Amino acid sequence: MIEFTLWDIVRNLLLAARWTIVLSLIAFIGGASLGLLFTVLRLSGNRLLKVMIGIYVDVFQGTPLLMQLFLAYFGTAALGFNVSAWAAASIALTLFTSAFLCDIWRGCLEAVPRGQWHASRVLGMDYLQTMRHVILPQALRLSVPPTVGFSVQVIKGTALASVIGFVELTKAGTMLNNATFAPFTIFALVALIYFALCYPLSRYSRYLERRLYDAGMR
Amino acid sequence: MGLTLDFLALSPYAGELARGLVTTVVLTVVTTLSGLMLAIVVAYLKVHAATWVRRILGGYVELTRNTPFIVQLFFIFFGLPAFGIKIDAITAAFLAMTLNLAAYTAEILRAGIEATGRGQLEAARTLGMSKLQSYRHVVLVPAFARIYPALTSQCIIVMLGSAVVSQISVFDLTFAANFIQSRNFRSFEAYLLVTLVYLLLAVGMRQLFLLVGRRLFAFRQGGLA
Repeated sequence: MIEFTLWDIVRNLLLAARWTIVLSLIAFIGGASLGLLFTVLRLSGNRLLKVMIGIYVDVFQGTPLLMQLFLAYFGTAALGFNVSAWAAASIALTLFTSAFLCDIWRGCLEAVPRGQWHASRVLGMDYLQTMRHVILPQALRLSVPPTVGFSVQVIKGTALASVIGFVELTKAGTMLNNATFAPFTIFALVALIYFALCYPLSRYSRYLERRLYDAGMR
Repeated sequence: MGLTLDFLALSPYAGELARGLVTTVVLTVVTTLSGLMLAIVVAYLKVHAATWVRRILGGYVELTRNTPFIVQLFFIFFGLPAFGIKIDAITAAFLAMTLNLAAYTAEILRAGIEATGRGQLEAARTLGMSKLQSYRHVVLVPAFARIYPALTSQCIIVMLGSAVVSQISVFDLTFAANFIQSRNFRSFEAYLLVTLVYLLLAVGMRQLFLLVGRRLFAFRQGGLA
């Protein structure tokens, strides 16, 4: 049996944490792009689209992320595609992220008082002008704190990719545990690394929120 | 290759599905109650206790909120026995879910408690209410009414998150799906069906919370968003 020193464990976990970060970035960038597309489509005024996106959001918010991962992994296999754990995790986490961000951003757009729409119309601005010069700048400012806050959920969500065999931080932890039988140390270290990734983002999100609040906008 | 779905292949496993559903529901109900009780204690102490107590509780809340639930679960199930504390899977699941829900809820509740004006508590005391009475009626109940929508969402998130306890071999809904697909290889059907059950549970929970909230906080018109 190979002996693992504490440094070996830490080093292996940190190496695996790279994949947690990469997967988080994929999910966040992919999810934000898709979420933006859905947000725009929702605003387009097409009722059918609006209802469908609403259902999409409710389904992803109302089912376990673990199930979404299983369905992406095994479901695509049943459809005849051979999908790697990488692809399945990226797809599932992207869809999951897009649903939540789409919902967050809708809230931000709706938080801009309706009277501003009427006022802009009275001033002779059309829909796009109102959106661009009046609504979006305010909604964007509102959206930053919750969006940063949600990135923490994305990072934590990537831990579930371990269940379908994707070797990231959590999976590396369970593998090291099987080899060393030092579960307390290993899972404490795993938790600590996640904490080091997530806590700064949480703090930053709270700071942004407070600054927004102090600026008198809410 | 075309996809042929065969949901009838799941019918021999109705018993396993029912068992999984019962476990998920029981886990959710019990941890919602225990998590809420713990959250009240934590939130109270985080507002009123000595600084060092607040620091420790702050550490617990932040650690829980900034690490994945699955890691918390593994830490409790695999890590604690290293200290000689041996617990079975269902106890570990119960413990992890309670601690998780309590950390989030305590933070939500604390905001609700701090929103109560000092004057209101003093007024209640002047009216002859005891310390406990005034705290309960003037601070706690209105705080709960204020945070009720957020609380509802948090409890649903914990229910959905409980799918992870299948990973330490608790026989919940997800475990049932894993079990079925390992027997009949109908993975897509099994996971799709179970996902649908989770969705129904989430919708049902939201309705139930709405109903209970209307009854509990009837005095606050328009208090529930």
